[in-house]
Amino acid sequence: MTQATNMQVSDEIAINIQGMNKWYGQFHVLRDINLTVQRGERIVIAGPSGSGKSTLIRCINALEEHQQGSIEVDGTVLSSDIKNIDKIRSEVGMCFQHFNLFPHLTILENCTLAPIWVRKTPKKEAEEIAMHFLEKVKIPEQADKYPGQLSGGQQQRVAIARSLCMKPRIMLFDEPTSALDPEMIKEVLDTMIELAHDGMTMLCVTHEMGFARQVANRVIFMDQGQIVEQNEPEEFFNNPQSERTKLFLSQILGH
Amino acid sequence: MTDNIAFVRHDTLPPAPPPPSETGAIKWVRENLFSNVLNSVLTLLALYFIYRIAVGFLPWMLNGIWDAPSLQACREILNGESAGCFAVLTERWNQLLFGFKYPTDQYWRPSLAFILLFASVAPVLFSKLPRKMLILTAAYPFIGFWLIWGGTIVAPVLIALGFVFGYVVFTRFEKNSFAAGLISAIIAALVFWYIAGFVSEALSGVLALEPVPSRDMGGFMLNIILGTVCVSLSLPIGILLALGRQSRMPIIKGICVVFIEFIRGVPLITLLFVANVVLAYFLPPGTTFDLILRVIIMITMFSSAYIAEVIRGGLAALPKGQYEAADSLGLDYAQSMRLIILPQALKISIPGIVNVAVGLFKDTTLVSVISMFDLVGMIRGPILASTEWNGVYWELFGAASFLFFIVCYGISQYSQWLERQLATDHR
Ligand SMILES: Nc1ncnc2c1ncn2[C@@H]1O[C@H](COP(=O)(O)OP(=O)(O)OP(=O)(O)O)[C@@H](O)[C@H]1O
Ligand SMILES: [Mg+2]
Repeated sequence: MTQATNMQVSDEIAINIQGMNKWYGQFHVLRDINLTVQRGERIVIAGPSGSGKSTLIRCINALEEHQQGSIEVDGTVLSSDIKNIDKIRSEVGMCFQHFNLFPHLTILENCTLAPIWVRKTPKKEAEEIAMHFLEKVKIPEQADKYPGQLSGGQQQRVAIARSLCMKPRIMLFDEPTSALDPEMIKEVLDTMIELAHDGMTMLCVTHEMGFARQVANRVIFMDQGQIVEQNEPEEFFNNPQSERTKLFLSQILGH
Repeated sequence: MTDNIAFVRHDTLPPAPPPPSETGAIKWVRENLFSNVLNSVLTLLALYFIYRIAVGFLPWMLNGIWDAPSLQACREILNGESAGCFAVLTERWNQLLFGFKYPTDQYWRPSLAFILLFASVAPVLFSKLPRKMLILTAAYPFIGFWLIWGGTIVAPVLIALGFVFGYVVFTRFEKNSFAAGLISAIIAALVFWYIAGFVSEALSGVLALEPVPSRDMGGFMLNIILGTVCVSLSLPIGILLALGRQSRMPIIKGICVVFIEFIRGVPLITLLFVANVVLAYFLPPGTTFDLILRVIIMITMFSSAYIAEVIRGGLAALPKGQYEAADSLGLDYAQSMRLIILPQALKISIPGIVNVAVGLFKDTTLVSVISMFDLVGMIRGPILASTEWNGVYWELFGAASFLFFIVCYGISQYSQWLERQLATDHR
């Protein structure tokens, strides 16, 4: 089970990062990042802790600002203009390691909030959309509960549904399964795989190498703020080029 | 034996009730009051104290005199027996509530305003009530003002219309930028009120109630006016200050920090003296600037600084992920604050806010030192100074404490109820 046929990649460019650098004070976190993502591409970003994976994908929706280089998302160049940033954010969905659901709102309200306030969707319609995506992540029966009443895996699926309700063109995932028990990892990964089959452009920071093999069409390996290696998953796992990649793979594959 | 080690349970045992020694009042008493020798001794001591207090206090309370024209007369009735002389409360009740200058035949006005206060605060306090009641809430400041201060109804109506007009202008110009909207709205409202001043003067007879000047306000009414107005003003101002203190814009942040730190570093009573005396020097000569308004401004500034710090604590307690999630969904600053951050931060801050509100309400008695006759001012001044009631301390101050206690305890109970209502995170 490698690549499914409906997972088309078009030559339209979804994300284009050129010569991007970022510093935290004196600390050079991201160094000369160049990355082009085609629409429909599914990219897995791996690398040791502290290598800047989270920082990279958080730059894409301007949760972190970069100091040098350019980031172009969906044809819009990221600038410091707040309108411009809000526009990009509404086109780019993001899922976090700790879900970050809104604990004071029900699951349904979590999902309808942004469509209603950002997209100005009528409430009725927003609720229909929300129920559609909650069904897609297989928890429509939880709609009236609060996040605190759900298991971790369910919360993460709600978080995915919440992002999808904005009908994003790109989805970013920052270690969506690393705060979950093994039993729940599968249900979240299944949801993400399904999303991939629907042709969503995805950037996932994850250490789930099974997932990478199954859906990614590119694996990017980062170390010390740089992209060290990128390749198709089969090549990447079976035939890593750099020493650092080899070392990393030997550690994470547990040999 | 050995082949019995492997065991599989096929049916689940039903739950059984605990044995009688584990339930009931006897168990509670044994566990909580007489669990060991020391506890038993303490329990008996406490019971003895309660008994002594009851023996001393209850007769004083129950044999109290409720009907007498003066302390003298009261003592005569009591004839050497020690009991409370509560007649002062019945005789001076209206003064305790409304002060001694409010026109007697107009007492129905503040009373009606007080009843309406409950009706208009209710929809804010209880979200289950119909949202249409909020119209009354919005109108209440103007109705309440008209009822208590009197004068023509045209004036408060025009003031209210000024706000509406300003809002309309704001929505017009907001599209350009928020600042443009705000500034033009303020200018529009000011111009409107300036013109409205002439109109209301010309129409001063329309639906006019007998005007009562601010210096005639007094009694518990004054405490309630100051308390409600200052709490309801200082909450939004406190929120703005707390958000301003978090702002990335150095000027806004600086102003908020300086304001908060300055106000917190100054005793309220000095601010009240400033309101009473010093403020008049800064005003252009000839302007009369209502004393109650000055006091309201000072108390509001004071409590909003405290509320700002309480709310800042609530904001800081929210995980960064909540801000990021709101941002990543494309909500703008105002939306993410209003819909995500503040509801949670305010919920965390409820105990602190209530603390400030209760403290503020009790601090309104401080106005008695700048010769305003609030409840305490009335007692210390006109009532205790009168020949009839000179020397009645316990009854008067006990009654004042009781009135304040009812209100403050009510606020505290409400806040606990609200916290339970809002407990949705089940963590
Ligand atoms: N706000 C910050 N201020 C200063 N340094 C930071 C900040 N956030 C992250 N860093 C540093 O930047 C580096 C990259 O962080 P980042 O979170 O992107 O790593 P990561 O690859 O996602 O790691 P992990 O796998 O542990 O999540 C780390 O060395 C971290 O210490
Ligand atoms: Mg990370």
